[in-house]
Amino acid sequence: MSEATKSALSSVSWTELSIAEQAARVSRGELSAVELCRHYLTRIERLDVALRSFLHVDAEGALAQAAAVDAARAAGEALGPLAGVPLSLKDNLCTRGLATSCASRILEGYIPPYDAHVVERLREAGAVILGKSNLDEFAMGSSTENSAFGASKNPWDPKRVPGGSSGGSAAATAARLAAASLGSDTGGSVRQPAAYCGVTAIKPSYGRVSRYGLVAFASSLDQVGPIARDVADAATLLGVIAGHDRRDATSVEREVPDYAAECGRDPKGLRVGVVREAIEGCEASVRAAIETAMEALSGLGCELVEVELPNASHSIAAYYIIAPAEASSNLARFDGMRYGLRVAADDLAATYRKTRSQGFGAEVRRRIMLGTYALSAGYFDAYYLKAQRVRTRIRQDFDAAFERCDLLLTPTAPTVAFESGAHADPLSMYKQDIFTLPASLAGVAALSMPCGLGEAGLPVGLQLSAPAFEEAPMIRMAHALERQLGVLPLTPPGYGGEA
Amino acid sequence: MNASYETVIGLEVHAQLRTHSKLFCGCSTQFGAPPNAHTCPTCLGLPGSLPVPNAAAIELAMRAALAVGCEVRERSVFERKNYFYPDLAKGYQISQYALPLNVAGKLEVETEAGGRRVIGITRIHLEEDAAKNLHSSAAAQTLVDFNRAGVALIEIVSEPDLRSSAEAEQYLRNLREILMAVGVNDGNLEEGSFRCDANVSIRAPGATELGTRTELKNINSFRFVRKAIDYEAARHHAVIAGGGKIVQETRLWDDAQGKTVPMRSKEEAMDYRYFPDPDLPPIVVSAAQIEAAAGVLPELPATKRARYVAELGLTAADAGVLTSHPALSGFFEATVEELSSRLGGRIEPARAGKRAANFIQAEVLRDFSADGLEASLPLSAAALSELLALLEAGSISGKMAKGVLAEMIASGKPAAKIVEEQGLSQVSDSALIEEVVRKVVDGSPDNVAAYRAGKQNVVGWFVGQVMKETRGQANPRMVNELLRKLLEGE
Repeated sequence: MSEATKSALSSVSWTELSIAEQAARVSRGELSAVELCRHYLTRIERLDVALRSFLHVDAEGALAQAAAVDAARAAGEALGPLAGVPLSLKDNLCTRGLATSCASRILEGYIPPYDAHVVERLREAGAVILGKSNLDEFAMGSSTENSAFGASKNPWDPKRVPGGSSGGSAAATAARLAAASLGSDTGGSVRQPAAYCGVTAIKPSYGRVSRYGLVAFASSLDQVGPIARDVADAATLLGVIAGHDRRDATSVEREVPDYAAECGRDPKGLRVGVVREAIEGCEASVRAAIETAMEALSGLGCELVEVELPNASHSIAAYYIIAPAEASSNLARFDGMRYGLRVAADDLAATYRKTRSQGFGAEVRRRIMLGTYALSAGYFDAYYLKAQRVRTRIRQDFDAAFERCDLLLTPTAPTVAFESGAHADPLSMYKQDIFTLPASLAGVAALSMPCGLGEAGLPVGLQLSAPAFEEAPMIRMAHALERQLGVLPLTPPGYGGEA
Repeated sequence: MNASYETVIGLEVHAQLRTHSKLFCGCSTQFGAPPNAHTCPTCLGLPGSLPVPNAAAIELAMRAALAVGCEVRERSVFERKNYFYPDLAKGYQISQYALPLNVAGKLEVETEAGGRRVIGITRIHLEEDAAKNLHSSAAAQTLVDFNRAGVALIEIVSEPDLRSSAEAEQYLRNLREILMAVGVNDGNLEEGSFRCDANVSIRAPGATELGTRTELKNINSFRFVRKAIDYEAARHHAVIAGGGKIVQETRLWDDAQGKTVPMRSKEEAMDYRYFPDPDLPPIVVSAAQIEAAAGVLPELPATKRARYVAELGLTAADAGVLTSHPALSGFFEATVEELSSRLGGRIEPARAGKRAANFIQAEVLRDFSADGLEASLPLSAAALSELLALLEAGSISGKMAKGVLAEMIASGKPAAKIVEEQGLSQVSDSALIEEVVRKVVDGSPDNVAAYRAGKQNVVGWFVGQVMKETRGQANPRMVNELLRKLLEGE
């Protein structure tokens, strides 16, 4: 598309601009941030009734932020890299003055007095916060069906789930209800919904992005990550949110490369490790799409090598001990004493019991009980410590694999988006995380990008992972692959840019 | 019941570290602020908040450890102690469990028999304090003040090496003194910055196994510690003598009733589900950091006492009094040093030490007051040393010195100025004194005759006359000497 054609576009195609281009046009005064914001708000109003991707829409606040951007431009001030870009935030990221519920009854109506670190970064960059995205309660789930305020739907097929737990963020991004979104990933929570909705998501290396202000699920695994229409947008967002924050003792003091600049660089020479076993265990249409992508990689001059992650098969077992153990402790603060829901009873113990029984949904209660059990005297060694040992083995598997290759390739999920209610059995739902959990347990970088359409015309996600803090080559590879495949960005039928 | 049953006591002390900010956030630790004035998302446990360790607290905890001979571990781990209570914002306390910062120290106590015993210190670990629940029975509600939540503490756990309540008190006093001396803790029991729990059991003579213990809480004064331990040991005796068994439980000291009452039994004891806090990387301290902390460690009270006796000529009792508070020993040492330098070193250290020690104890101590590590003295060491130098030079008498000191404290004026203004300077000029003495002797031949006839006590009358003539400023020692010389007819 030529520049001349682009500037002649009507509002219909604003949503098809990259976020860097949106910001550039706002900065040059060619696009009003307020109009852009209104355009997305109108789309939300019209389309989100069916999708339920937002829990709270802050129209007034968003328009005020957009107006401030326009005013700053009019005053000749320099604008940030996300000037006027309308974003949504997963509702487990604290936003000052704006409700943050974690899709839980226990935090219904809770308004944080401070912004998460990533939210501060977005605001400084000039972004406009449209509202808060739906999620599985406290980010526990793979379908967004565990939201206490109603499940989100997949814009590709409303009978199907958008994935989870950042399902609202992925659905809103795919449906162009936000230019992009931030989610959080503990065991695949940005990657799997991105795969199901046909968008791109990055789970940064553990420590790359500050967790300050992200409501904790499992602290040793949680990372905030961008969900965007394509690799370049995700890279732009990652560049804004990455970096050291002294308020998070686990955030790492390390220089942040120019991720967006990786888009367009030649990936030639990067060795891509393929985990054959993972691909073979997938549904046929997923396997086919992944194999097409592998051919495209060869065409880019990348060497494909077969690698193994021998302990990856234990990921689900280890993860579902470690994550609930940490969650059981992290969620203890929701006790009805200081904020959120309180169900008063005769005495303190009964107040705790009733508040937490009524405030938490079934999946959250299940994981709190699992985790409490795993940490209990007499069981700690057999469960928690053993799971930690497995985690160390998985980390070593990645170390060994990355001696032979620069990046690892697997499907993001074994299937395309499944139908609502398909995994009523928790164990069957947990198994959906098989490909995303290993990178989380190892703390390495990973991303999911669409690599084509599979069964029922639904998007298939491809996962790349890279050694910790090697996001740059991963982005370079993903961007080149995206171009080589030529299918992106994907738009769900009926969700083009028209307002 | 065999009275020779042995009492076995182990103590757990919680000492607040003297940091300006809390252990995991930047909030102030100042005592006495309005409720919840010193709070932030982190110490209130708000969703999404995270802890960041305070380096100063780790440094102070190391200093405490080195002062009691602990080994500082190069790698230690913060863990979460999980339980529900309204004073615990996060539903867990950040503490240390499997891998504490410091292990294996010791502390000496003086026994009742006058000997010394070494008490083992198992470990010293870092942890955060809880908030304070304020129960209002009138309003039938409990309010929580989070100012204290997250304040840095060290828990100092002793081995069960103590054998009497007196030893336990000794241990606590010595520990408190050491922590104050190295600037780690302000020793303030009233404000709760030095708190203690005791584990008590008894066993038959010769037994090697420990008896079943009970844990005593709410013993936050030295007096309560002794009373509670004595009561509890007697209760154990009575139960066992009656053929009963001690139940392992936690008991509270009720001072009004003068007894311990059950709080919770072992069966009700909580499973704290400790696990490493994933928000906090392990504490790693280098050998160099440990060495640096050891290097800045001030002289400990026991060493100080020994030095005062050996070098400054003090009795053990005087040394004990002057090392009872860091401010007092500091004042004493500065006074001795200034006195010596004022006299250009023409005074033996032991003489300077003794003079300062005697004068401080006799005249200054009554105006000394301490509130934790904060202490107030009525005058500076420099001012006092000036007065003592005048005394040492014989320019004023001991009796005059007391009057001058009172005036110094009242007016803040230096000693020399007061002496000059009041014309107090003692006359030590032998020619001048001899002139007056000769005049008095010559003017009273009757009394001279009486003296020579054996009425020795007329000397007093002569001294009185000389003092009257010199307005009390003659050096009494010189007056006496000269009088005797003249009266003896030399």
